[in-house]
Amino acid sequence: MPLVSMTVNGERKSAEVEDRTLLVYFLRETLGLTGTHIGCDTSQCGACVVHMNGRAVKSCSIFARQADGADVTTIEGLARDGNLHPVQAAFREHHALQCGFCTPGMIMSALDMIRRGRANDRDAIRRELDGNFCRCTGYQNIVDAIEAAAREMAA
Amino acid sequence: MIPYAFNYHRAANLAEAQAMFARASEAKFLAGGQTLIPAMKQRLSAPSDLIDIGRLEELSFIKEREGSIVIGAGTRHGDVAASALVHGGIPALAGLAGEIGDPAVRNMGTLGGSLATSDPAADYPAAVLALAAEIITTRRAIPADGYFLGLFQTALEDGEIIAEVRFPVPRRAGYAKFRNPASHYAVVGVFVAEIDSTVRVAVTGAGPCVFRVPEMEEALRRNFEPVSVGGISVAEGDLNSDLHASAEYRAHLVTVMAKRAVAAAMTP
Repeated sequence: MPLVSMTVNGERKSAEVEDRTLLVYFLRETLGLTGTHIGCDTSQCGACVVHMNGRAVKSCSIFARQADGADVTTIEGLARDGNLHPVQAAFREHHALQCGFCTPGMIMSALDMIRRGRANDRDAIRRELDGNFCRCTGYQNIVDAIEAAAREMAA
Repeated sequence: MIPYAFNYHRAANLAEAQAMFARASEAKFLAGGQTLIPAMKQRLSAPSDLIDIGRLEELSFIKEREGSIVIGAGTRHGDVAASALVHGGIPALAGLAGEIGDPAVRNMGTLGGSLATSDPAADYPAAVLALAAEIITTRRAIPADGYFLGLFQTALEDGEIIAEVRFPVPRRAGYAKFRNPASHYAVVGVFVAEIDSTVRVAVTGAGPCVFRVPEMEEALRRNFEPVSVGGISVAEGDLNSDLHASAEYRAHLVTVMAKRAVAAAMTP
């Protein structure tokens, strides 16, 4: 089987994969990083969002081999020295999750929109969340959390 | 969901991509993969080989050339949506790119991939046809009017790769889309463009393939106002009917979206 190598959360990782292995399965099953979730598996729900070379992508719609040589960040890569990332902290503070299944993807998308300067107002945040489904919260608290995190990170 | 097995190849340049394609039996080119990979996961598509051209830098650019905006086929939707050049020259095109799928899809999906697939509900075909764009491939230049042939059918030959698309800068243009809230595809999308003294109207999502509406074009050429198209409807017999919308509803939406697209074009 071919070897793929990529940087995942700052660490160099290499493993043999089938050509048809999706990035999300590589992360979850080969590397054991199960924080990235598989929800719909039809590229709509966003539970599998990770960052590849600094951009939010759906890891269920990318083959691991496409990510060969890439720099990938998953939800496990956000906290530093035992401290939650500001977006994670805001989700906890604002009770932006109930079952938590969508949360890793929500947080990765939230961080991406904040970095692109698109989390300026509530309407923009909702538009930017187009590709992330939550079936519990009704989104209200997720929008609150992202708005607060954007303020916190700008300060 | 796991696709059927295939062989993956990453091409270093367009010449190598074409050689890899010629050696394989049932190959497909992989650009952003945002239509192809979901189809492969559902096992609706089963190529023997994927030739990855998604990272070719020679395909990723946006520039101005002789009154046109030229966009490399590998340019991501998100980059078109954020481009100051596209915003300045054809704001309706930047707006269209920014409404495709969702942010994560726009970070992978490409202009060339969308056009090569020619999904009946894709957005880009409407802009390409209404703007009378030219599709430049590894073999020739194809005018938009001769490119879209039918359901998932284009003028592309086996192994032919789209390199870039040349969009003439219109006097004004607008796009209006009634989008499916789950898939974000167009139930109906209408792109209206006024270029020199002509007007072109292209409809996506409604039929098996993007199409023009000559009656609306003539009415708008005489008077570029939403009211000009308000009384013109397309025949529902040729339109798609599925669980999202009946042909009758789609025909209704074509007129409504055309009015909104004209209104958008009139609002700078």
